[in-house]
Amino acid sequence: MAVIEVKNLVKKYDKFVAVDNISFEIQEGEIVGLLGPNGAGKTTTINMILGVLEPTSGQINIFGKDLKYHKTEILEQANFAAVYAHLPANLKVEHNLKVFGHLYGVKDLNNRVKELLKEFDLEKFKNHKTGSLSSGELSRVNLAKALINKPKLVLLDEPTASLDPSVSKHIRDKIKNYVNTTKSSVLWTSHNMKEIEEVCDRVMFLVHGKIILQGNPKTLAKEYGKKDLEELFITVAREPLSLNNEI
Amino acid sequence: MKFSRIYAIFLRQLYLVKSNPIRLLSLFMWQIIEIFQWGFITKYLGHFGGAVFSFTTFILGAIILWQFMGRIQTGIMVSFLEDIWTSNFINFFASPLKVKEYLLGLILTSLAISVTGIIIMVLVAGLIFGYSFFIIGLYILPFLLVLFIFGVAMGIFITAIVFKLGPMAEWLGWPIPALMSIFVGVFYPVSMLPSYLQVVSWMLPPTYVFDSIRMILSGNFNVGANLLYGFILAIIYLFITYLFFLGVYKKNLKTGAISRFSSEAV
Repeated sequence: MAVIEVKNLVKKYDKFVAVDNISFEIQEGEIVGLLGPNGAGKTTTINMILGVLEPTSGQINIFGKDLKYHKTEILEQANFAAVYAHLPANLKVEHNLKVFGHLYGVKDLNNRVKELLKEFDLEKFKNHKTGSLSSGELSRVNLAKALINKPKLVLLDEPTASLDPSVSKHIRDKIKNYVNTTKSSVLWTSHNMKEIEEVCDRVMFLVHGKIILQGNPKTLAKEYGKKDLEELFITVAREPLSLNNEI
Repeated sequence: MKFSRIYAIFLRQLYLVKSNPIRLLSLFMWQIIEIFQWGFITKYLGHFGGAVFSFTTFILGAIILWQFMGRIQTGIMVSFLEDIWTSNFINFFASPLKVKEYLLGLILTSLAISVTGIIIMVLVAGLIFGYSFFIIGLYILPFLLVLFIFGVAMGIFITAIVFKLGPMAEWLGWPIPALMSIFVGVFYPVSMLPSYLQVVSWMLPPTYVFDSIRMILSGNFNVGANLLYGFILAIIYLFITYLFFLGVYKKNLKTGAISRFSSEAV
């Protein structure tokens, strides 16, 4: 059974179409990359899946349930981290994790927080104000929050944006390890094509709100006559119509 | 509805206060200043008319009750603004949290602040000016209840306005208690107002509370009907403002304002 099933999803703001009739599925244990240039509709799609933006039309089923009618039940088993969603900067790291632990109804919360602090190498920062951390430390805190309820679905909107390669790798390894051990599913947006190639089982390219191509990130570029995923991305972003000629 | 989610909203504010004692001081400083200010004013006025009217009893009692209501309203508003200032909306509303749980968390926070505030004010008023808050007996409880419900309604109304118009609208929330005090007879009977303003007064639940206090202090304990009107009105306001907040939330879900509050608006 698909963990996420998106059918004919549309989001319009007056005449502007941000997401244009997209449909896709994500299976259990699958990491799917949602790629596209700025303004393509990636964050809009993620916000609709998170239930903070109402679609104009279409349907989102998660864990076999319609998000429109089962939002709370669904979100108890999902979580997210996004580059633009900051945890309260004036709370200590440990306090932030505890607040979100209560919010997600985590059992044995104190132990879960200790576990995450250790796993993400945050023990020495637990009494630091979240806003005082570096961007790498902050990304680890965001990810710890995203995994606090051991979610079956994780949505990651540019989780490694502006991080150095070492921290990015650390984050990628943590997520891959989490998926391998829990068989959870991940929807991941990024502008780092090497990262996507390394982590994702499948990618979808979104341009002007439409999914224009999808496939295996390791073979997709070759299928379209491109050197690598980055070159494919540039073509998709600049001249998506030209792809039809190259198939 | 789950208590753990309501508690999470409360806990977030509690941690803020615990980690910053200056914040704690700022929560109660103004109330203590008000008690001192009005305590000395009423003491001075007592020299002139103390034989016929106990200024201390009425004015300090009114100040404490009015502050209680104002604190409920601003407590809800400030806790809500805290989520705007820290760009935290998307984290809360993309979680299993329901709107009513969020509001109940804000109410619980403001109730804790207001109750602590009222205890401090009563203690200061009692120790410095010999004022007894319980001079009107158990009537104080329904008075507090009506003011609490109306304070919550006003708090929800202001947060809904900020939610609708954006963070810049927060200034609308601060003068509301002062503005309302003109109409509800905190410091003088409503009969002092022109008749066209009295119409507004009797539409506001606190008017019934302060009118009842005056009745009791003048020996008339027949305030049941008065309090019932105040209570029913407060419930109606609460219901309407909750629906208003819900309407704004649903509209923001359509426009994308919830995620924009986090990423762009602040």
